[in-house]
Amino acid sequence: MIANTKTIDNPKDKYLDSLKFALYCITHPLDGFWDLTHEKRGTYAAANTILALTLLIRILKLRYTSFIFLKVYWEDLNIFLYLASILFPLALWVVGNWGLTTLFDGKGKLGQVYMATCYALTPYPLVQFPLMIFSNFVTVEEAEFYSVLSTLSLVWAALLVIAAMGQIHEYSAGKNLLFTVATLFAMLVMIFILMIFFSMISQGVAYFISLAKEFMFRM
Amino acid sequence: MRKKNFFLKTGMAVLAIATAFLQPVQVEAKSNENSYTYNYDYWGDYMDSADFYNPCKVFTSTELGLDLKLKNPQGLFADGNTLYLCDSGNNRIIELNRVSPEQLEVVRVIDSIKGAKGSETLNNPTDIAVSEDGNLFIADQGNARIVKVDKDLNYIMEFVKPTDNTLDPKLVFQPSKVTVDTAERVYCIATGINKGLVKYENDGSFSGFVGATPVTFNWTDYIWKKLASQEQRAKMESFVPTEYENIYMDYEGFIYTTRALTEDQAGDDESAVRKLNLMGNDILVKNGDWSVMGDLYIGSGGGYEGPSILTDVTVLDNDIYVCLDRNRGRLFGYDDQGRLVFAFGGNGNMDGYFRRPSAIDHIGHELYVVDSLDCSITAFVPTSFGELVYTAIDEFDKGKYEESGAAWQEVMNQNGNYDLAYIGIGRALLRQKDYKEAMKYFELKYDEDNYSKAYKQYRKIWVEEHIVWIVVIILALLLVPISIGRIKSIRHEIDTADIFVVEKKG
Repeated sequence: MIANTKTIDNPKDKYLDSLKFALYCITHPLDGFWDLTHEKRGTYAAANTILALTLLIRILKLRYTSFIFLKVYWEDLNIFLYLASILFPLALWVVGNWGLTTLFDGKGKLGQVYMATCYALTPYPLVQFPLMIFSNFVTVEEAEFYSVLSTLSLVWAALLVIAAMGQIHEYSAGKNLLFTVATLFAMLVMIFILMIFFSMISQGVAYFISLAKEFMFRM
Repeated sequence: MRKKNFFLKTGMAVLAIATAFLQPVQVEAKSNENSYTYNYDYWGDYMDSADFYNPCKVFTSTELGLDLKLKNPQGLFADGNTLYLCDSGNNRIIELNRVSPEQLEVVRVIDSIKGAKGSETLNNPTDIAVSEDGNLFIADQGNARIVKVDKDLNYIMEFVKPTDNTLDPKLVFQPSKVTVDTAERVYCIATGINKGLVKYENDGSFSGFVGATPVTFNWTDYIWKKLASQEQRAKMESFVPTEYENIYMDYEGFIYTTRALTEDQAGDDESAVRKLNLMGNDILVKNGDWSVMGDLYIGSGGGYEGPSILTDVTVLDNDIYVCLDRNRGRLFGYDDQGRLVFAFGGNGNMDGYFRRPSAIDHIGHELYVVDSLDCSITAFVPTSFGELVYTAIDEFDKGKYEESGAAWQEVMNQNGNYDLAYIGIGRALLRQKDYKEAMKYFELKYDEDNYSKAYKQYRKIWVEEHIVWIVVIILALLLVPISIGRIKSIRHEIDTADIFVVEKKG
């Protein structure tokens, strides 16, 4: 795998190769994520595919996981909000990470941060899909298997994200961890600013709406 | 026609938009005022229910034919067909004979006892219990004693303030609720004593405190308390066991106790009811989706707020225990698994509503509730729906699963919102070994434990039926790759074998 650096010209082959490369990344994170950008082994198409698969699995899980593990209150479920629970933190992470690292010698570009993060999500669909099917064949007593494996996939993905960032930005381990924590703070700051922003906008809009209503009453 | 339709439609649309725009924001009414009887589903959503109990008759002083009007009645005890009502405000106990739920007759009025050591009259009797031998145990709160008399009211003995070093000597003994077991051991709740129930042996000697409520506190409170000044600390809630509200001894000799939960405790899903064994340990089964705490929604509404205050409890012979909430004037029935069977009632002046309920007891399936402000007894009889649920439960306990399933089916037909019916049908099917159908019902109501029980059996049977195929498939999965590898290697050997190579050259 490592030696395979010859360029592939056919875009379809390139896409399949880059998608397959995700499997290499999740088992050899340091090497894999280095090659992802430096050897141009990854593609945006593959990254988008992995993200789409993650979202798809997340929705499928709602319906097809056994109710023993996941009880869904359908009345209150908003599928878009549910998807946003992945997309929003992802966007915050990517932007926050790029915004910080670009000021501190980070070599990764915004797109590369996105690509690497998406590649790091691979364990989620990979583990959760079989797990979802498996969940329908177990009883409460065997529930431990499910929860352990499920947690494992999340921890795996989280570790991959951290490893990926280190390789993309060419950071040492210590600096990488420092910026992981810093990025989390950056996400909080961004949420805070967004909340202020939205509350001010909504107040502004409410002002004009009430103004319009007042006019309609008077006329 | 078409054109007219078009105008009509656009007109309607404009009107709709205009009204939507102009209407003040309507507060969505999400209250518990929909139906008299209700229940909670798995999600804690409020579910209207068919009526489980109907108020049959309300007995006030007039209906009972009493000259002196009832005043602040506090206690009620049922023994066979006899009801003892503690008319605490008038220092007397009224013995009633239940002819039917619509007719209660005054048998006698107990206001004095013969041959007592201390006072011969009662002073604010708050509770009464009758032993199997027919002796009466009266919590004579104003006289600081529990007095034991025989059925002709001859004084036998009295139980006074326990001699215990840990009790404040200045504390006046005020027994409020009393119960007695088959051996005539007396358990009582006394105001100001939070160490649990006061237990006396049958010779009148104090034998200890049993079943104190566990003390709970959270760490933030603890830290605040460490930082607070003396005055601030005095204002804070102290970490001491809460006093019990009431006790009831069921037919098996277990003591059911209720206590008032604080908002924190209700938030932590603590149970307001405890079932004590002889050691004073809580053995209440809590398999319900929600804890035994009455109403789940404890925010303010209709002038009442805070958790339900379960002031009394009574246990029917089918192990269903009914709690009385004096906060919102409601009754909550739970089954032996701690699942809510019914909830009904409310505060108000109509029949079936209460102003300040204080005590509850039962005769058969009928419930009798005392209202201390209204000075009345309300008799409740089960509706046909209620009787159907009881039948279903009884049949299941007797082992008649088919009958139970049929009864639950009928319950479900009458009230499709009733979760227990689905689980009941499922359990009956499970016992009849119809696992697949049972799983369906359990899944509908999120009963994972029963579902797992059914699924385990279903899976076992499936595996046993298909064992041949499973073995074949596993063998195939193992053998096919091996044999393919073998064939390949043989071919390779043939292809590269020296004798053939020579031939190929030729």
